[in-house]
Order: sequence, then structure tokens, then C-alpha cells
Amino acid sequence: MTREELPNLAESKLTALVVDDNFVNQSIHQKLLARLGIQNDVVCNGKEAVDAHCSGRNYDLILMDMDMPIMNGIQATKRLREMGIESKIAGVTTRANEGEKKEFMEAGLNDFQEKPLTISKLLSILHKLDFYVQT
Amino acid sequence: MQRQVALIKQSLFDQGYLDEQFMELEELQDDANPNFVEEVSALYFKDSARLINNIDQALERGSFDFNRLDSYMHQFKGSSTSIGASKVKAECTKFREYCRAGNAEGCLRTFHQLKKEHSTLRKKLEHYFQLARQAGPKETARRPK
Repeated sequence: MTREELPNLAESKLTALVVDDNFVNQSIHQKLLARLGIQNDVVCNGKEAVDAHCSGRNYDLILMDMDMPIMNGIQATKRLREMGIESKIAGVTTRANEGEKKEFMEAGLNDFQEKPLTISKLLSILHKLDFYVQT
Repeated sequence: MQRQVALIKQSLFDQGYLDEQFMELEELQDDANPNFVEEVSALYFKDSARLINNIDQALERGSFDFNRLDSYMHQFKGSSTSIGASKVKAECTKFREYCRAGNAEGCLRTFHQLKKEHSTLRKKLEHYFQLARQAGPKETARRPK
């Protein structure tokens, strides 16, 4: 997909939260979201993601890494669901064996993508979670 | 000069230093962030230097905590994958296999090679980015053949 063909979702006013302890991934994921016109915030671990929601922030989409210090993605996803957070949560991780993926999905994910995240994979997430209709 | 920049980039792919993911990052560059890839690369080398230092210290202590080493290397591999650092990523994978096998000598040998690949990539990318800046803005990034 060329740059000119990328959808601009700015009008839909979608918001996203990047949850990842790795600064390189944070930068890339934020850029991917921004490229599609999606406003976004970033936090460094699952606990910060939970705290953000406790403070009243809410997002349409959460990109959740699995391996993080303090509170990992599985724990954070479970906690957010327990809190009644209904945001779409997409797990984004390098861990892709079936057992790990199953455990992460069962924590409450809506979708799962293997890193590295790309525009195509992000569009796939958005399409699957009904944020974007491919034309 | 644009041609020289393109040739250098092509060679980085041909020699296996970079993979498709690097192109994905270049395609994210726009007028708002014309140096996005260089900035992300700088972040990567800063972060990976820290990880290399941690692993060096852990190995120098002599007692091999394979779980901790594997954890460091998992992070290193993650970053390397995200910027398309193909050879570095391959060494990370080997190192983790040696960790799982409890093979200290294999870890040491692989780590030595990893540091070499990392250093080589750093120099090559610094050279590439320097030339790219001198050459000025270009058209949409093209995938190497």
C-alpha cells in the first residue's frame, strides 16, 4: 500500500494507548498510529496502563505488549477487563508460540499480532476490530 | 549523490545487515518527521548499548544466570527486530538458544559476534544517514530489488 493509499482516520477521532517498555517500539507504534491519524498516548508497563484508566482516561484501542516489568501484558489485560474496561485490546508481542498466544488471548484480548508491527498489521487490527472498513 | 545513497542502502540489504522492516520504517517518514528512521535508529543504539553493558557485566561476574541473560537478550532481539537489524537479530536468537541449553561457552562466543555485528551496523548506518542528509530529501522510499 503506497503512502497515498493509507486511510486517514483522523475524522473518526479514534484514540489509542501504546503499552510497551521498549522505547524503540514505543516510537514506532506511536508513529504508525499517527500516520493513520489516530491520536495516541504511551505508557511503559501494564501498571501505568491500569493507572491511566483509573485516573479516568479511556481509549478506543490499546496496543499491549506482553513482556513488561512491574505488570506484564497478561496481568494488565486481566486487570483492565476486571475493571470493566471495554476498549479493544490488541496484544503485540514477539512471543508467538501457541501456548503463550493462547494465554494472552484468554486474558481478554480482542486481537493479537506478532511484532514487528507494520502498517499492514495495524490496519489488520483496525479492520478486525471494526475501526476501519477496507475499500 | 542520491544514487550513492541508494547504492549504500541496497548493499546493506544485500549483505544482510537490514531486512524488510527497515523499509517499513522509511515509509513512515513524512514532512512532519523527515528523519524518523535516523531518530529511531539512534534510540535503538542507545538502548542496545545499555543492554550490551548489562550483559557484559552479567557475563563478567562469571556466574551465568541464564534466565536473566535470556531476558536481556529477549529485549535486545525485540528492538533489533523492530528496526530490521537482521544480523544482530540472528545473533540474539543464537544466544537465546545457548541460554536455554545452559551453554556458557556458546553464549560468550555468540555475544562476541553479536557485538561485532552491532558495531558494524552502527558504523554503516551512521555513514548512510550522514550521506542521506547531505543528499537531501528524496522521493518515496523504494523497496530494494
